[in-house]
This record gives sequence, C-alpha cells and structure tokens, in this order.
Amino acid sequence: MTDSVDALKPSRRKLISLGAALATLTGCKKSEAPSMLGAPLSKYGNRSPSEKTERLLPPEGPTPATGSSRTPLQDSYGILTPSSLHFERHHSGVPVIDPAKHELLLHGLVEQPLVYTLDDLKRFPAVSQIHFLECSGNGRSEYTAAPAATAQASHGLASCSEWTGVPVRLLLEEAKLKPEAKWVIAEGADPCHLTRSIPIAKLLDDAIIAFGQNGEPLRPEQGYPMRLFLPGWEGNTNIKWLRRLMAADAPAMTTHETAFYTDVMADGKARQFSFDMDAKSLITRPSGGQKLSGAGSHEITGIAWSGRGKITRVEVSTDGGKTWKDAALQQPILSKAFTRFALTWDWDGQPASILSRCTDDSGYLQPTQDELTAARGHNYGYHNNGIKTWFVKADGSVTHAASV
Amino acid sequence: MPPVFSRLLAAGVLFSAPLAFAQQKATIGKPASQDKIAAMNLTVFPDGRGLPDGKGTVAAGKEVFKEKCAVCHNDHGEGRENQYPPLVGGIGTINSSKPIKTVGSYWPYATTVFDYIRRAMPYDQPGSLTSDQIYASVAFILNANGIIGDNDEMNKTTLPKVKMPNRDGFIPDARPDVKSKR
Repeated sequence: MTDSVDALKPSRRKLISLGAALATLTGCKKSEAPSMLGAPLSKYGNRSPSEKTERLLPPEGPTPATGSSRTPLQDSYGILTPSSLHFERHHSGVPVIDPAKHELLLHGLVEQPLVYTLDDLKRFPAVSQIHFLECSGNGRSEYTAAPAATAQASHGLASCSEWTGVPVRLLLEEAKLKPEAKWVIAEGADPCHLTRSIPIAKLLDDAIIAFGQNGEPLRPEQGYPMRLFLPGWEGNTNIKWLRRLMAADAPAMTTHETAFYTDVMADGKARQFSFDMDAKSLITRPSGGQKLSGAGSHEITGIAWSGRGKITRVEVSTDGGKTWKDAALQQPILSKAFTRFALTWDWDGQPASILSRCTDDSGYLQPTQDELTAARGHNYGYHNNGIKTWFVKADGSVTHAASV
Repeated sequence: MPPVFSRLLAAGVLFSAPLAFAQQKATIGKPASQDKIAAMNLTVFPDGRGLPDGKGTVAAGKEVFKEKCAVCHNDHGEGRENQYPPLVGGIGTINSSKPIKTVGSYWPYATTVFDYIRRAMPYDQPGSLTSDQIYASVAFILNANGIIGDNDEMNKTTLPKVKMPNRDGFIPDARPDVKSKR
C-alpha cells in the first residue's frame, strides 16, 4: 500500500478510495514524490494492455469452424507457447464439453472393455512432458512459388507446451490388450468425430492422454477435457476431445489417413501414415515483417525441433548459405521439444540472406527446399521442413522474398 | 486382526478371497457395457466390419444428395471452387502436374465414404442421416464417379466389394527421404 494519495487525478479517485481509506487507517504518511496506486489483485491474470500479439486467423470463409490459426513465433521467447497462443486446427469447431459427463471408451481387441472419466484418469500416476505440437501442413507455402511473408504465417502451425497426463500404456494394461491388437483407432468428441489409426507401438511407448497444458487444464481448443498426445507425431494424430480408443488388428483407413494427410509423389503414389515430424529450424528474429534498427550488433534467434529426438546442433548463415556458424543452444534441450538457439551478428548494413539449419540426435541434417522438392516432386503438401531464408534489406527491413 | 477381517475369517471368506483378488485386480476404468460400445462405435473397416444393416440405391441417393448434400457439394458433387471440395471427377489426374483429388480419383476404400458421412456429414448436422440415407448417398457418389452401375444397391455386403480406382495408390512413409550433407 502506498501513501501518495495527493497525486491522484480525479478520474482515478473511485478506484483508489479503498486504498486511501486504508492508508489513513494504517497511519501511512504522504510521500513527496507523486505516483499512483497500481491495479488491485485479480482472480485471473491477463497480459499488459500494451502487448497485442495474437494468433493469425485465415481469411473469412464459409466454414469458420474448419481451419487453422497460427502462433506468433516471431514474438515468442524461450521454448514455451502460452496456451492462449497455441495454434489451432479444427475440422468442425470447438465442442462445448461438460467434463463431468465426458467419458473415454477403451474397447475392441481387449479382454475387458473399460470406460474412464476425467477423475478416473487422475487416479493414475501422471507425467508432465514438454513437447512441441506441429500440424503436418506447417510450412506448406514453402513448397510453392509464393511462400508466406512472416514466421507466423509460414511456420505458425507449431507450438510447444508442457503436457500433463497419463501414459496410454497404463490404460491398455488395465484393459489387457489381446495379442492380435496391432492398431488403436482414436476418435474425438468433436462434431465430425475426427478419427486416426495409431500403431500400438507408439501407444505403448511415449503416448499420453493429456488433461493438462502449461499447468492448467487443457484449453477447449486444445481438446478439453482430454486429448491424445503423441510426442513428435503430426498434429492431427493427437486426437482432441478424445472419446474412444478401439484396439484393432488393422487400421480403419479413415478419411483423415487416406483422403487427407497423405502425400502425393511425382509418380502419383501417395505416402500414407507419415507420422514423424522431421527436424526443422526457423529464425524468428529477425524474420519477415520485422525491421532492424540499424547496422551493428543484433541477436539472431529462433527455434529448432525434431519429432525424432533432441536437437544437437543449429548452424546459422548470414551470407545465403556460403558459410555457417554454430549458434548457441539454450537449455533445456529436450527430446521432441522446441530448442532455442541464438547467435550474435554484427550487421554491416548491407543486404544479407540469413538462414538456419539444424541437426538432431539421429544425425539427420535439415535439408534445403530444393532437396525436398527433388526427392518428392511438386505435389507434396505436408511435412515441409526445408531450410528457411529471410532477406535483410539495406534499410533493415526483413522479407520472405529476395526480390521484394 | 482388524474386526472386519476376523468376521470374514469366521465366515470362511478370507481363505479363498486372496486368490480371486490376485486374478482380478480392480481396474480404475469401469467395465463398459455392450450397449455403450454399440452406441459409441462408429468405425467401419475396409473389409466391411462395422457396417450396419440397411441399404440404398443410386436413385434414392440422388434424392438424399439433393436434399442434404448439394447445398455445399453442388448438384452433381462437383463442389464449389475454393469453398467445398468436389466429390466427383479427376480420375487419372493423381500422377499429373495438377492432381484433382476426389472420392472417385483418390479415396482408396469405398467403406471410408460410409464411415465419413456417418460421422461427419452433413457438415452442420453430423449424425442426422439414417443408415439407408447414408448407403444411398454413397451409392449416388460412387455412381457419379462411374464406379458402380445405375442399378447397383449398396449395403454391408456389396459396399466392401467395391474396388476404388486408386485402391493401389498408397505406399508406406519412406522418410527420412532426403540425406542432406554439410
């Protein structure tokens, strides 16, 4: 409690009348220096009104419940994404679910079909793990002649959170999988009941049923009250609003593993069940749409991640890829999570092309866009992890295209 | 000995109970009834498992499509550009420079069409169609693609036997497919 009541403007008086009264009661003396009381306590916090960064929505269309919003990676610090800025991808909107009524059914090739409530899940030993989540369509515009202009528009279908939940393995052990069970069909409680077939090995490995995100219950747009979380795997397999797990001897060949989320090669054959997200890095500052304040020292920073493990190395080039320097990797460096990298750059004020490439602990080196296209043809849409270049102009502005 | 144990012992229960507990450890999940499973299970497999009773003809499907589907997918399933996807056409384009992906040209299994309509369509009223209406609309879409005849009926026996044009168009994931070098 401060005692500077004499400096208050009339319009603020109502707000601080309680504070003034308390100051009088407690005998505080008036200060010489003018200042103002701060806002009172609040039950649920919000950010500074000066901060405006937000998710990027697509252009308005006829089906606003279907589509995606993108994380402002260029404005993010460290490795965690605030839950309020986590990217969204919905196929029939965000359902309103009463957690007390929601049930998860586990059935199919099990000895004992079981039903779980949210409270039931919380009786199991929970784990909390920091992992990225990425839509397999992230970076799709990089395959085209017109890549998106900002880090958010081109790569914002990736976010990173701490996820809390129960290993799926524990539920499968309770229900007792039959030996012929090779897949589990996972289904959501959204209106379209989005469904994917998941190989049993992943569910017995590091898969969880998550009910927590960044220390609080899942946000509705992230699958409240429970979602499947498959570390390192393409976003749509992480079924939100999870309501059913069916053990089976074969995949169901659902719409979202045949018609969609499959990749057509040049010869017309389409890759299917492309689960892992390949290693990728992105410079988030300076990035498209930003402007350097002038020649001199600037930090180049960004994020790198791999669905196959840990990032072991990130290199940065400021000359279009002719020479590379190792960036510093900031702790923590976690498996299947964003890793923050940084390199101090002394900009000479001349036009420059800045880019990054990462390596993961499988030894995989992030490829160039040309290498990807050469291997996959021009009809591939998903799983773009090519090296991303930003162009710094002489006036300090940063763009996505060399010619702009 | 706690009183409850001594009472059980007196009743002769405790001698046999531990064996039974060892065999059937209490689960956290509650047993699911067959009724609940039947009510929630929507999955249809390519071999037809999961398909319900019922039937539908191309003629009946034309009426269902007109009433329930055409508002988005257009009168003949041709879609509306940049808004709603086409369901018809494009067969033979998947290996071209501009693939046109439709049910007819791309989807490998006819059972998936039934599964998807039942779980997700119509877009604003999923779950509202009867099994007969779904079989009929599947028949209409397959016929519009030239995959089944005008007089064919779709039911749980005939639908899994339909061979889609792109049935053999899918291959396993081959990534990591690019070996970049430093």
